[in-house]
Amino acid sequence: MNTIVLALIILGLVGAVSSIILFFVAKKFQVFEDVRIAQVEEALPAANCGGCGFPGCHGFANACVSAPSLDGLLCPVGGNQTMQKVAAIMGRTAVESAPTVAVVRCGGTCDHRPRTSDYDGVKHCFIAHNLYSGETGCSFGCLGLGDCEVACEFDAIHVNPITKLPEVDEEKCTSCGACVKACPKLLIELRKKGPKSRRIYVSCRNEDKGHIARKSCDVGCIACGKCEKVCPHGAITISNNLAFINDDACKLCRKCVEVCPTNAIVELNFPPRKVKEESLV
Amino acid sequence: MKTFKMGGIHPSENKLSAGRPIQLANIPKQVVIPLSHYIGNPSEAVVKKGDFVKVGQLIGKANGFISANVHASVSGKVNKIDVQLDASGYKRLAVFIDVEGDEWLETIDRTPTIISECLLSREEILKKIQDAGIVGLGGATFPAHVKLSPPPGKKAEILIINAVECESYLTCDHQLMLEKGEEILIGVSILMRVLDVKQAAIGIENNKKDAIAHLSKLAEKHTGIRIEALKVQYPQGGEKQLIDAIIQRQVPSGRIPIEVGAVVQNVGTTFAVYEAVQKNKPMIERVLTITGKEASNPGNYLVRLGIYLASVVEQAGGVPANTGKIVGGGPMMGRSLMNLNVPMAKGSAGILFIKAEESLRKPIQNCIRCTKCVRVCPMGLEPFLLMNQSERNMWPEMEKNRVMDCIECGSCSYTCPSNRPLLDYIRFGKTTVGSIIRNRK
Repeated sequence: MNTIVLALIILGLVGAVSSIILFFVAKKFQVFEDVRIAQVEEALPAANCGGCGFPGCHGFANACVSAPSLDGLLCPVGGNQTMQKVAAIMGRTAVESAPTVAVVRCGGTCDHRPRTSDYDGVKHCFIAHNLYSGETGCSFGCLGLGDCEVACEFDAIHVNPITKLPEVDEEKCTSCGACVKACPKLLIELRKKGPKSRRIYVSCRNEDKGHIARKSCDVGCIACGKCEKVCPHGAITISNNLAFINDDACKLCRKCVEVCPTNAIVELNFPPRKVKEESLV
Repeated sequence: MKTFKMGGIHPSENKLSAGRPIQLANIPKQVVIPLSHYIGNPSEAVVKKGDFVKVGQLIGKANGFISANVHASVSGKVNKIDVQLDASGYKRLAVFIDVEGDEWLETIDRTPTIISECLLSREEILKKIQDAGIVGLGGATFPAHVKLSPPPGKKAEILIINAVECESYLTCDHQLMLEKGEEILIGVSILMRVLDVKQAAIGIENNKKDAIAHLSKLAEKHTGIRIEALKVQYPQGGEKQLIDAIIQRQVPSGRIPIEVGAVVQNVGTTFAVYEAVQKNKPMIERVLTITGKEASNPGNYLVRLGIYLASVVEQAGGVPANTGKIVGGGPMMGRSLMNLNVPMAKGSAGILFIKAEESLRKPIQNCIRCTKCVRVCPMGLEPFLLMNQSERNMWPEMEKNRVMDCIECGSCSYTCPSNRPLLDYIRFGKTTVGSIIRNRK
């Protein structure tokens, strides 16, 4: 009996002393973490893709909580919906941002770009890019070896085996930007998705002078300047022998598409044009 | 016989053009001289359209310390300064000259007499080398004056001349030694004067016995120059491997040869130094080997810079019918050429025609952990590991495994029984890790 009581007292004392020590140690080394960080993280899609520019969803949640406002913070995967949830947790207003999507700025399919050499090395864009300019005469165009396909975690970009060009699945693309970083030729750009997914962009990155560009590819931009002249909104600029459409200024009037002599300007998801009656007669 | 300690392979030598005398390449109607054919900044053009230039006249001025001058290799009118495709299909600025006659600058001594006396001071010689635009002709084309100006506090003890020519097929250095032996030795003594060293060693692989005998006989007259016959082993021409073979010193990881008291120069560079210092002739031409198992007329040609390779190939009998790949340089370190409309550059050592059946890569199989690549790596790396890490983008681990030490000799890919593209992936990792390190600074 005595032994049991003694044991209880000793253990009780050890327990009490330890708990006091632990209490003070815990106070001293306490790391304060805002509870909202966990809540925000809960609201995020948990893709950990890094598309927001922070290391994973936890990093982004941390940034959301510590930043004074949600300006410039966007989870590209979740989009506006997720940002509204985050704003509700934070008690702030979300900044609406237009959804973006990845576009591949090269239209040089096998029919349009004649081959000048055969590549027999490793099927890896970066390695091929470091070795030489590519299998065709265009040193700016797509190599078609699929680094973007490997980089995409959402199964949204695939190299078409017939055209040897990557194609973006708009439904799946979250515009995280992984393919943009993976492309050694800097062909992929995140552009505004546009109303009803309607977009117009220059599907070329060739900075050669017109005649050289024309020789290497049928659908390359030759920097003729027609689109720049015809654009009523001043959205098109030509620099380094290459036209670029600013998606903030573009009103999707499609005038540039009509005048482009090489069809380098691409329109997506527009209804087919009405055939003018005079031309039928 | 001496050789380097670690790794190495011995591919079949195939020195088909050995012993063929150096022929002059015909000068076509137009030459295109690239303004950057070496490591470092491209030079700035100092001529403009319509200017008349003479052979040896400066057309591109060095831009910074690690950069080299470019001179006109022909006389004629500057047609334009425009972009020109280089061997890998990218565009570089070049000067196009329409050839008119063959008028040389008056200062250049074109007589065949050999001048052995050199009374210039160290600084004067260095200035001449720098003005002549001499770059290392071994392949890396690093400006020669940079290597010859050791950083303060460092002193060279020995000058090592790289006459190894360990690449299969190539014979340009071999033939140069046979024909210009005396000039090369004078060039070596000039370099010894610049570096203020008492001894120099010329390393020659033992498959060039005639060159060893020839130079040994000539070297008796020169004090301090010795000829070292080396065992045939690739990549003995690598700077660090050659230092190991000749003076048995190992350059520490990430350091340069001057740390162990050695300076290495290529034998072709030595000849160019002789011409620049004694004859005032800038670097306007070099020897090029045209070879291949089915080449009708393999040989060595003295080619002015800027001549289209296609024109030299035509003179040598054209491209053989059964050619699958044309390589610029040797089979190990060379790169395939996209086309032959590429101007001759300071670093071009050879054109090699590879037969169609030999030109294709074999299918890649799984690694069988045989460690052959580890055994042949001359830098003591583990190529199979580096390739795996490169495939998985493990850059910090690659840096720890000394990927930056890789000399890209290709011994690992050559020896791999599973045909794994080890070097391709290691080079990818090396480029990426290199840029990470540069950004850190």
